[in-house]
Amino acid sequence: MTDFTSAGGEAVELRRGQSLLTVDRKTRRRNAAEGRFKVYGLIAISIALVMLVILLVTIVVRGIPAFTQTFVSLDVPLRAEVLDPDGTGDPEVIRGVMTFGYAPLIEEALADAVAETGVQTEIDAAALVQMLSSGVAADIRDRVQENPELVGETVTIEVLASSRADGYFKGRVTRESLERDRNLSPAHLDVLDAMRDAGIVSIHFNWDFVWGADASESRPEEAGIGVAMIGSFFMMLVVLVLSLPIGVAASIYLEEFAPKNRFTDLIEVNISNLAAVPSIVFGILGLAAFIQFAGLPQSAPLVGGLVLTLMTLPTIIISTRASLKAVPPSIRDAALGVGASKMQSVFHHVLPLAMPGILTGTIIGLAQALGETAPLLLIGMVGFIASNRPDGLAEGLLSPNSAMPAQIYEWAKRADPAYYERAWGGIIVLLLFLLAMNLIAILLRRRFERRW
Amino acid sequence: MSLTRLALATSALALATAAAAQTRDNVQIAGSSTVLPYASIVAEAFGENFDFPTPVVESGGSSAGLARFCEGVGPNQIDIANASRPIRENEIETCAANGVTEIIEVRIGYDGIVFASQIDGPEFTAFEPSDWFTALAAELPVDGEIVANPHTTWADVNAELPDAEIMAFIPGTKHGTREVFEENVLLQGCENTGALQAFIDSGMSEDDAEGACMAVRTDGASVDIDGDYTETLARIDANPNGVGVFGLAFYENNTDRLKVATMGGVEPTTETIASGEYPVSRPLFFYIKKAHIGVIPGLQEYADFFVSDVMAGPNGPLANYGLVSDPELAATQEAVANGTTMGSM
Repeated sequence: MTDFTSAGGEAVELRRGQSLLTVDRKTRRRNAAEGRFKVYGLIAISIALVMLVILLVTIVVRGIPAFTQTFVSLDVPLRAEVLDPDGTGDPEVIRGVMTFGYAPLIEEALADAVAETGVQTEIDAAALVQMLSSGVAADIRDRVQENPELVGETVTIEVLASSRADGYFKGRVTRESLERDRNLSPAHLDVLDAMRDAGIVSIHFNWDFVWGADASESRPEEAGIGVAMIGSFFMMLVVLVLSLPIGVAASIYLEEFAPKNRFTDLIEVNISNLAAVPSIVFGILGLAAFIQFAGLPQSAPLVGGLVLTLMTLPTIIISTRASLKAVPPSIRDAALGVGASKMQSVFHHVLPLAMPGILTGTIIGLAQALGETAPLLLIGMVGFIASNRPDGLAEGLLSPNSAMPAQIYEWAKRADPAYYERAWGGIIVLLLFLLAMNLIAILLRRRFERRW
Repeated sequence: MSLTRLALATSALALATAAAAQTRDNVQIAGSSTVLPYASIVAEAFGENFDFPTPVVESGGSSAGLARFCEGVGPNQIDIANASRPIRENEIETCAANGVTEIIEVRIGYDGIVFASQIDGPEFTAFEPSDWFTALAAELPVDGEIVANPHTTWADVNAELPDAEIMAFIPGTKHGTREVFEENVLLQGCENTGALQAFIDSGMSEDDAEGACMAVRTDGASVDIDGDYTETLARIDANPNGVGVFGLAFYENNTDRLKVATMGGVEPTTETIASGEYPVSRPLFFYIKKAHIGVIPGLQEYADFFVSDVMAGPNGPLANYGLVSDPELAATQEAVANGTTMGSM
């Protein structure tokens, strides 16, 4: 006690004769340290912001071209002598003509279109076709199959240009690079320029990129992320249907009913650890448990959804428990006090108040699952898979499909540089989804969250 | 009440799944990433032209594909494995042990392996197999003694090559391409330089000597690429001195960033590969489970369509993409149509 007063007295002694307003050395040092810390913080934040801006600008600049595509407008003569030589008009006969049968018709139509522009070229008709997508024949064949009466007429149809021709208008392909290219020559570019001037070639938004199916390596211009998006949708459906009820039920039990003992402690620790397990582990578990043991089909969104459910469950359980904990005990006590059973107090009072937090956690968990690729590698969802549009719920769950991030990964691996552009475009679509989900989470929290 | 509903929905889902697991209406394919582009082109055209759904083609490498192929017979197993090398004896044994006894081998054509570097990099324009052996071998004979590879630049190896650091990106061991690279380039170079004989003279058995020829140095001058050619391309982009091993089709799609070197004085083109002049090429295959034919709809049709003249012929879409058409395609077509299995040939 005496020590304390004497020490205090000394301190006062030291400051005697100095105003509190004049800053001494020690205070200056403390203030400087604080100032430095603020600067460090600012530097850290600006580095993060610069990185974010670089990331977003790169994604947008590289991805935006994937949304537009070069189209060529052609008058294709659907000659009866090629498509239906005997004049039967029988759809079965017309079906029998494969896509290869349409090639001469397309060559003819393109040669006519080029001749119309008046440009002189030494390229023969067979080589001119390299300016068009190799999927054109399939487009026209589909159209003829829908309307067999078109045979014998000339239809005007807008078809895709090949990836090289498209790349030229987007600045990805130059004359110099084409000197060494086998698919297109610089002479083709003169023809393309003339067709552009004549209005036969146009560039506009390509909805098929957003809604279409994946395409093979030889025609990147046709590829779209639509079917993979449906695959992602079905996986998210499975995740939501399974992980929300299971996760919420588990957390309510653990938080409100379970006795506190070693066993529940063990469960608690395990749930926290599971949340940190790398997702690829769930992938190999899914392969062993769902495909090899349970015999579920390979590459099916159902299996993908089950695997992602395992991954999402810990996230949902942790966030649900946190929001149950945040409900003040007075609510429970009041409910019990007026005679409610334990279950009534939980389901009538605690759960509704915890709901915004639960939903936010669920949406964040779903968003995480939506962007997950690694476990899908192991259950066969990466490759040339998203090529058939599923028809109905059962097929959507069970027939092979890919998912958006898996599709992006697959595109980035492919040889043609046009696929690289599409991978960036796919990232934009994926980010828009994640942004939308996070926005919903924020809105829910803002709208319904209660503070005590 | 809502719990009952949930239980009902779950059991309905389980039932639907069980029913679906019994049948499958699309062909499932997995395997070599070199064959994947060709298989996807065929699968797409197949889906367009036939009343079957488009087959599903997964990648992952020849060995991984064949391993899955040999897991057994049934709707949950793949029907076709793509491979950039012939199936091995031990894989056939694994297959047989799991009930996959009848396998149809289909050779679809040939693929060239090319050596390419950054377009603005040093002038790597002509290689010999011996250059690659001398540059990449783990150990080689110098003045009658076997020493660890002392070479650091390509000029050390061959005075005609640029004075650039040795930085080679070669396919990892899970790729079928690696095997072809070892046998047609490293082993060949080993023989040409007389190193094989030197290894044998030093007391190794012939097998060990061949193994020593194909052993690649591990001091960082050679990098195994376990991913796809896009990864090799990214490495080359970042290393002006890098030289990478690519498939011909991949190179032809990226001529704006890569320049190719001749091997043994021959430039790799579909023509020189078809004629056999270009030394580093290999056949590409796919393997069909015969037990699945007639069970999985469209499997026979897919196989027939793959090897048909309109697809795999010299002017078909596969050749346009970079596949070297098989001169004996007619025999392959017949074998596929008859379902000739491997043992019965």
